[in-house]
Amino acid sequence: MSQQALNIVKISGHAGPIPGAGVERSEQVCKLIDTTTCIGCKACEVACLEWNGYTFTDTTFDNSYQTMPATRWNYWNLIKFNEHEREDGTLQLLMRKDQCMHCADPGCLKACPADGAIVQYSNGIVDFQQANCIGCGYCVSGCPFDIPKFNSETKKMFKCTLCSDRVGQGLEPACIKSCPTGCLHFGTKDDMSFLAESRAKQLRDHFGFEKAGVYDPPGVSGTGVIYVLHDVTKPEIYGGLPKDPHIPWVVQFWKGPAKWIGNLAMVFGILGVTLHYFRYGPKEVHPEKPTNGGKP
Amino acid sequence: MSSHAISSARTTGEPGERVLRYTLVERVNHWFAAFTYSYCLITGLAFWSPYMYWLAYLVGGPPTARFWHPWIGLAFTVSVFLMYVMWDRDMEITEADRQWAEKVKYYIENDDQNLPPEGRFNYGQKIFFWLMFYGIILLLISGFGLWFVEGIPWSLRWVRYLAVTVHVVAALATIGGFIIHVYMGTAMVRGGFTSIIRGEVSTDWARTHHRLWYEQVVKGRRPER
Repeated sequence: MSQQALNIVKISGHAGPIPGAGVERSEQVCKLIDTTTCIGCKACEVACLEWNGYTFTDTTFDNSYQTMPATRWNYWNLIKFNEHEREDGTLQLLMRKDQCMHCADPGCLKACPADGAIVQYSNGIVDFQQANCIGCGYCVSGCPFDIPKFNSETKKMFKCTLCSDRVGQGLEPACIKSCPTGCLHFGTKDDMSFLAESRAKQLRDHFGFEKAGVYDPPGVSGTGVIYVLHDVTKPEIYGGLPKDPHIPWVVQFWKGPAKWIGNLAMVFGILGVTLHYFRYGPKEVHPEKPTNGGKP
Repeated sequence: MSSHAISSARTTGEPGERVLRYTLVERVNHWFAAFTYSYCLITGLAFWSPYMYWLAYLVGGPPTARFWHPWIGLAFTVSVFLMYVMWDRDMEITEADRQWAEKVKYYIENDDQNLPPEGRFNYGQKIFFWLMFYGIILLLISGFGLWFVEGIPWSLRWVRYLAVTVHVVAALATIGGFIIHVYMGTAMVRGGFTSIIRGEVSTDWARTHHRLWYEQVVKGRRPER
């Protein structure tokens, strides 16, 4: 079903061209998260659960405001709380909304062997199609952000859809709608990048955050979720946001040259034994008695 | 004449006589291994390449294939370990193998009369056995890393990357051996295929391909190392 739509640009595990790719073009959508104005209210966490039809699950208390250590298959949106000690000894409470980054070059999609289990829409949203998912978990290997999560009961992978179902109907994602401070924005990638850069400049020029900047990692060709950070040189302090995320080289090799090397080796193996048969044929049994044969 | 009678009695090596090469247990285990390996091969190739994904539909669909692949792989492992128990001593690389290996060219070109005599298994069979044996150990260990999706914490994700690499490399190595094994067992060495089904070979076959083993079985004479 998902493959017949004209608004799909990438399909996981798909042999041959993408049906209808490029027929329908759309603006790249983008979520902008301004960590400098987040108050950690978790309204986005609740809105995400509500819209996607999940009930609240068990939480973990770890001397922090954080709901649980990491996102779960049925908890796609998590604010990560971190107490960061600055060089002058003062503390800074960092809050970062963690969810799928909707990479332009999605590692999950690259690693996925199941035809149509992961698709990228022309608006940039990377979406899991559970009907086609086989539950192998390869997407976890491909993702640099620890986002795809496994439901051990249904054996399917889940993650944030960027509310693709809402966006398709002209609505903003549920998390955006719920944000009371306006730290979450939603729009085109161009507009959000401009807004993010403006905000970062404002932070640098007027608020003393000299290292403020925009997190839009080029290693995955940019993301559909971008952050404004107080200190863009240390994204790790925001609950482990990777500094230079890219698809692991193992996955790139495995899904790239290794395929051709392996497939060619198998083809040449079969050709080799066939040619051997043509050239030398079967081994004959020699019926004559050996010279040292007979009874001892 | 039953297989059991042949295995227990010395034969005289008369023309037309049959020799037991594989016991019933060895044969059944071989075909159990063949079936389980083939299942893992078909489903593994489906996960390996989008161009072979259709193979998964032959065995019940991709999610079903994903469910059974590790379990059937475990069954294959058990089978290979049983082979190890039964054939460990027969598979030891000997001085005769080293001499044979130096002249493997004659084996490939079917000039078998120029080859030194071999025991129950020749050097090539032994190499195949150890390839599959060590291959399955690597596939087993790396397979556990891939089986349980939530089993590896994010902080140890390098284990996941290592498991993927090892699983792919080991699988490809066994596929290479498998292609040659199937070719030789069916097309190249006539009599081999029936021997692993019914267990028997002719004395001529035994003498031609496994002279030292033939002498041991037929004449009750232990070959010199």
